[in-house]
Amino acid sequence: MVVDSALTDEGVDRIFQALADRTRRDILRRAIQVGESVSVLSRHYEMSFAAVQKHVAVLERAELVTKERRGREQIVHTDRATLRRAMTLLDAFEQLWMQRVEQIANVLAMTEGEAK
Amino acid sequence: MTVISTHKDAGSLTLTIVAEFDATPEHVWEVWEDPRMLERWWGPPMFPATFTRHDFVVGGESRYLMTGPEGETPRGWWRIDAIDRPRRIDFANGLAGDDGEPVPGVKPTSAYVILEAAGSGTRMTTVTHFVDVEQMEMLLGMGMEEGMALAIGQIDSVLPPSQSRAKHWSESA
Repeated sequence: MVVDSALTDEGVDRIFQALADRTRRDILRRAIQVGESVSVLSRHYEMSFAAVQKHVAVLERAELVTKERRGREQIVHTDRATLRRAMTLLDAFEQLWMQRVEQIANVLAMTEGEAK
Repeated sequence: MTVISTHKDAGSLTLTIVAEFDATPEHVWEVWEDPRMLERWWGPPMFPATFTRHDFVVGGESRYLMTGPEGETPRGWWRIDAIDRPRRIDFANGLAGDDGEPVPGVKPTSAYVILEAAGSGTRMTTVTHFVDVEQMEMLLGMGMEEGMALAIGQIDSVLPPSQSRAKHWSESA
C-alpha cells in the first residue's frame, strides 16, 4: 500500500522502462519459477542471442532479475520483490478509484429522489 | 460492491476501472457535473474535497482542495477536454500549488469516463493514463495513502458478501 521510499525515482523509472517491453515481460514470466539460462530464453524469441542478452541487461539494471553464473551458462532469476513494488503505484490508484466508486454509489443512493 | 473489474497495465501506466450503479446514466452524469455531488466522492474518506470552481464545459477548468485529518489541504485542478452528455467525459487532472493554481512543469493525468446503460442501471468505465512514475508519486504525495488504507478496511468489513458482485482481477505483468 505505502510506496517504498527506499526506491528512488530513478529506480522506479528503470523498473517501468524495463516493464514497458513485451519481450522483457515474457522473460520475467519464464524466469519466475526456477530461473532460465539466456540461451534457453533466446530460443523463444525471433531475435539474436545478443538482443536477448540486452533485454536481460535492462531487466538487471532495474533489479527485476538477477544473473547467476553456472558453468558456461548465465541463469536469469526474476526478482519477485521488485516486480511487486513496480505494481504498488498502480495498486494505490486502483484503491483510490475503488473508494470513489463506493462513494459514488452512496451519493447516488442518497440523491435518488432528487434526480432530474 | 459495485466495482466489477479493474485492469492495471504497468507497461503503459494505464488504470481501468469498470463499475455498475443502480441509477440511470443521467443520474450518474450528475455526480460528475454537479460540484456539490462531485465533492462528496472525489476525495478519499479522510480527505473530503471542496470544489471552488467547476466549469463543466469543453475547455473549462476546475479547482479543488482536499482537507486532511491533520488540517493539510492538498490541491488539484481539472481541465475538461471533451463532453458527450450523458455518455463521455475526457479530462485532465493535475497537481495545484498552495495558491490553487496548476504547478508549472508537472504534467496532468489524462482520463476519460464512459457511461453506458446496463440493464436498469449504468456501467461506468474510467480509464486513467499516467505520464510517468514521477507524476504518479507526486499525485500520491498529496497525502492520500492514509485515507486509502483506512477505507480499504472499511470496505472489506462493512460490505456483506451478498452485496459483492463477481470480481475479475486482471493484471498484465
